[in-house]
Amino acid sequence: MLKIILRHVSLLILTLFILSFFSFSLAYLFPGDPLVNLTGIRDSSEQGYAILAKQYAMQGSFLSQYWEYVNHLFSGNWGLSFSSGLPLAEEISRSLAASVELSAYALIVSFVVGLPLGFLAGLRHHKLTDFALLTTSVIGYSIPVFWAALIAILIFSIQLGWFPLSGRISLLYDVPYQTGFILIDILLSDLPDKEFAFKDALRHLVLPSVSIAIVTCTIVMRITRRSVVEVMSSEYIQAAYARGLSPRQVFLRHGVKNALIPILPLLVMQFTTLLTNAMIVETIFSWPGIGNGLIQAIYQRDFPAIRAGMLAVSALVLTFTITIDMVIQIFDPAGRRPENATS
Amino acid sequence: MNYAWLASSSVMFFSMLVTISLTLIGCSPETSEYQQPNGIIYCSEGNPASFNPQLDTSGTTVDVSSHQIYDRLLDFDLVTGEIISGLASSWITSVDGLTYTFQLRKDIAFHSTGYFTPTRSFDADDVVFSFNRWRDKNHPYHDVSGGRYPYINSVGLGDLISDIKRINRYRVEITLVRPESSFLANLATDFSIILSAEYAEKLAAAGTPDLIDTHPVGTGPFKFNSFRQDRYVRFDAHPEYWRERSTTQQLIFDITPSSSLRLAKLMTGECDSMAFPTHSQLDIIRKRKELTLDEKPGLNIGFWAFNTTKPPFDKPEVRRALAMAIDKNALMEAIYFGSAIPATSIIPPSSWAFQPDTRSSTFNPLAAAKLLRENGVEEGFSMTIWAMPVERAYNPNAMKMAELMQRYLRNVGIDANIVSYEWSTFRARLNQGLHDSVLIGWSADNGDPDNFFRPLLTCSAIASGTNRARWCSKEYDKLIDQALNYTAQEDRAYFYSKAIELINEQMPLMPIAHAFRYQAYRDNVTGIEINPYGGIQFRNVGKQ
Repeated sequence: MLKIILRHVSLLILTLFILSFFSFSLAYLFPGDPLVNLTGIRDSSEQGYAILAKQYAMQGSFLSQYWEYVNHLFSGNWGLSFSSGLPLAEEISRSLAASVELSAYALIVSFVVGLPLGFLAGLRHHKLTDFALLTTSVIGYSIPVFWAALIAILIFSIQLGWFPLSGRISLLYDVPYQTGFILIDILLSDLPDKEFAFKDALRHLVLPSVSIAIVTCTIVMRITRRSVVEVMSSEYIQAAYARGLSPRQVFLRHGVKNALIPILPLLVMQFTTLLTNAMIVETIFSWPGIGNGLIQAIYQRDFPAIRAGMLAVSALVLTFTITIDMVIQIFDPAGRRPENATS
Repeated sequence: MNYAWLASSSVMFFSMLVTISLTLIGCSPETSEYQQPNGIIYCSEGNPASFNPQLDTSGTTVDVSSHQIYDRLLDFDLVTGEIISGLASSWITSVDGLTYTFQLRKDIAFHSTGYFTPTRSFDADDVVFSFNRWRDKNHPYHDVSGGRYPYINSVGLGDLISDIKRINRYRVEITLVRPESSFLANLATDFSIILSAEYAEKLAAAGTPDLIDTHPVGTGPFKFNSFRQDRYVRFDAHPEYWRERSTTQQLIFDITPSSSLRLAKLMTGECDSMAFPTHSQLDIIRKRKELTLDEKPGLNIGFWAFNTTKPPFDKPEVRRALAMAIDKNALMEAIYFGSAIPATSIIPPSSWAFQPDTRSSTFNPLAAAKLLRENGVEEGFSMTIWAMPVERAYNPNAMKMAELMQRYLRNVGIDANIVSYEWSTFRARLNQGLHDSVLIGWSADNGDPDNFFRPLLTCSAIASGTNRARWCSKEYDKLIDQALNYTAQEDRAYFYSKAIELINEQMPLMPIAHAFRYQAYRDNVTGIEINPYGGIQFRNVGKQ
């Protein structure tokens, strides 16, 4: 086990190192003064510039500059945004929290819907229900996320007026920032109309999380279905029938657990796909997340924000993936690789 | 195998899901009796550059700050256009027209915010500070936030005032270099706001003078709460505001650069009002029963200016002939979709200097062709029409207008080439006078007609880059200057009517249209009124 942990931690450190190196070289690759691209301070006086140059070791070699850059990263100094002039560490942690929140709810939605449907299809293998669900899933899988989001807005916001189409909560509620997760922040706040604020935030969540969840939901369903089919046709299930257990008993005692365990890690891994899709959908729903922020930064040529934002997103995805992979290997010594269960 | 239990449990599961989603839908505004928090959300078009309109003439900055955070000594009556009292309750002009004495209102409270608590009410020191900031180049606050005061410099207000004195706590005296009747109107514009001198002192002592423009303090109906770039500007009601106002507790500018998204938010009720609906959206707004569209003729003019320094456009006959070759009424439909009225002069009908009996050039291609040939412009003569690359109310599509005009000019034997550059290059090259003719326009900043006559056509306006015809007439300049020596409107109107006659005879530019201004809002919003003299006002805006 120690070996597994060591191997993963060193992999993580190495990749993060490469990532940070890449993000540092972006400061040189973007047009303009590298120091300005690193700090985001554009109109500093000559003196101020000299002090900054010293802090970032601009006179030193490329490697010593990189070393200073990493030091600044760790001390929470990510530079300032060109367009807003605010510290990027705070800006990015706020928007990243919004993206993670949206992806988390979408993941919950796709589990809540995808898992039961997957079981249903698996148990009804090669029957009408199965084919119907498979067809639906192919459609759901083929719909581009942004298109689904736009159609959802057209129907449910503009035509029916059921759900709002932008933001996380009506701006009339001034929820103080604490954790960055809007629902938790509302519960922690002392707003007089907390209950309504909470409902309002939920209504804002519905369309974006459902439009992201569509694709993941179909993936979850197909993975589950395949796993259920495999498990239910295995020998021990046949043996359980032979012992006279009812289909319900067989399924609940042996089927669910054995079908879920191999695919669970694979399902959790969908989170990274979700995050990517969330970044697209955010721009459509004006969700103040990292995807929206990066798009704005690209439009406004806000180089420090692009650099720090990319680093933050890739570091998050990387850490998440490697951690999950590590946990799987620790708890699954037989080496039943999750790839075996793909649909 | 019998999986009947499976079917029944999945039915149960999904009916539960449906119930949950229906509960959520149940909270939608139509069905809920719950009233949202008391506030107005305005979908605005962009980020303000600062919260001080002295520093920036862009409409975005003005909308967000001028009438929300601040007050002025004087204001315009939105209906009549007359100058009415603001922070100054009354004023006296000396007989020679050089000295103005303002009596200030008492007990006017500045905003008490998270970053500043005032200890005294508004008085003469605040007026002196606010004026000296842009007037006196040695003032400690003059260079704060860049030290550029575009509107005030463009009308020469700083050079016009020779002195500003505090007489007593509630009386201020301003002395001018020369009498100028547009002076009071300039004090009522969006840009002549009153800042807090006490706040400025506190910031200077703390070494952070820049905050005066980013964390503003004023006496206006709303006080600044917070601003997040690309997201929102949040205001709270100023509880001690001195004028009558609605009971709105919050005012929020929801920054939404895309106009289609603004309209969508207006439809779903996420905004109560939206900025700048495009011409193609107007019909959609009119058709939706829950939305209202107000329109009002704006104080603007779209025109076609000839470069009068280039032959053959230096001949008034040629310019008149070209104007006759164009059918203005056809342009109204094709370019403005009926959202403008044809212009007969550079002055719009809502101004008191408007002359209803002005004869504008009539569409007559035959006479135009004849006049052109008589003046040596032969068949096949080639000229350029510069079409501005941006969309403005006074000309929503200059490119298309230029194409239409191209056809009209072909009928009188002229080959017109359309020229366009990126906006800043376009203006730079116009200033060099490289054009033959240009489609452009002007929006006024105050109700005074001088704001049209002076910047558009006087000799000195060639250098400052607003006289696109590069037309310089001593006679015209004299009329415009003379008009300012009188204070009574009838006296001034006489000189302006003479000036309009001169323009129509010389035709340095062909006036095309005065565009309407629009305000779109939801039906339950009350008290929105279009301000033809500048930025939007939310003081009286409330919800039913």
